[in-house]
Amino acid sequence: MSEQNDRQTQNDASIEERVAATRAALIDAGRITEADLEHFAHMAEDWKPENGAKVVARAWTDPDFRARLLEDATSACAEMGYAGPQGEYIVALEDTPDRHNVIVCTQCSCTAWPVLGLPPDWYKSPAYRARVVREPRRVLSEMGLELSDEVAVRVWETSAETRYMVIPLRPKGTQAFTEDALARLVTREALIGVALANPPTR
Amino acid sequence: MITRRVKSGAHMDGIHDLGGTQGFGRIDVEADEPTFHQPWQRTTFALMMATQIVMRSHNTDEYRHAIERMHPAHYLLADYYERVLTGTVSLLVEKGHLSQAELEQRAGGVFELAGPVAEQPMAELAPQVTPRFSVGDRVRVLTISPAGHIRAPKFCRGHQGTVIHRAPRFRFPDTSAHDGERRKEHTYHVEFASTDLWSDERVTNDSVIVDLWDSYLEAAS
Repeated sequence: MSEQNDRQTQNDASIEERVAATRAALIDAGRITEADLEHFAHMAEDWKPENGAKVVARAWTDPDFRARLLEDATSACAEMGYAGPQGEYIVALEDTPDRHNVIVCTQCSCTAWPVLGLPPDWYKSPAYRARVVREPRRVLSEMGLELSDEVAVRVWETSAETRYMVIPLRPKGTQAFTEDALARLVTREALIGVALANPPTR
Repeated sequence: MITRRVKSGAHMDGIHDLGGTQGFGRIDVEADEPTFHQPWQRTTFALMMATQIVMRSHNTDEYRHAIERMHPAHYLLADYYERVLTGTVSLLVEKGHLSQAELEQRAGGVFELAGPVAEQPMAELAPQVTPRFSVGDRVRVLTISPAGHIRAPKFCRGHQGTVIHRAPRFRFPDTSAHDGERRKEHTYHVEFASTDLWSDERVTNDSVIVDLWDSYLEAAS
């Protein structure tokens, strides 16, 4: 109880004040520059789920690329220009009619930054990290994805340096779609495995 | 005047190891979520990268462990990027690059940091520099519970699984986080049947695959 009371101080600096103080202290001391910070922020803004969506669309349309992606996703993604921090060893997980893949990092929030982007808030939430390893079907159902009992769910825990991406099933009725049109059906949620690729009518 | 909280002591099996913890609620997805919601989050991400890559203040394993050393209540209530900031700044202070007093003066209030590293943070694990396991092998995760950084989640310790893939060698995080011996070991994708991990799981073919360093494992039958 005393610890609880100790935690409620009235004079916490706000998060904005703490970030500004850290930034100013490091820059004033000459340890980093404004240009360094802009460099890394821009780098993060170039990592987008649209990158992974393009990888998936190519795998759906190019059998040779699909084979390379399943064999060595790191170099297959790099050949499309997607490489960098948290993308040093990428493994692509292909969904099949009887196997569904979903990714989590229970201990922090690791993702394959160059192909998925920085992780979204729901992926970083304690609720997702705690629950999806234990009750994946309930979590997926709550998120709008109902899977039949015939489909095995594989939950991939990002506990070491492998970074995963899911290749969802190609939606029916997309035979005539171009690679670009297919890529627009693949969301960040589908690349993580909490959603399917969108149907063509949506 | 600044009133400081009592620092929590070193603890093992920190709050970060959430896999399987019960009591949490629904997960809400924001459609088309932006990379950052707030400017301070963008700055914090850049500070996290610059302190590791430009300043070389600390490595990624030390950084992850600094976040794990946050007080559990602070950890659970903090935004993700507040955890990023707290872990990063805790190491900058511990390594003498910045002082907490200066930061609190600049910030105008309490700047809560992570608790200290445990005195004996590492389990004694013999280095496994050559791979001991192959695809198809049955393995068991050791029931170790060191007071420092470890990347074998609690929910799989003591359980048996099957090796389905051998990954390249990567820095062993337990020693890397604690200025210990630098070594690289292979990791394995080990598949555990959900019904083995969770007694409340109804019968399905579901499984959980955990990426585990060689040192965390022993042969099982």
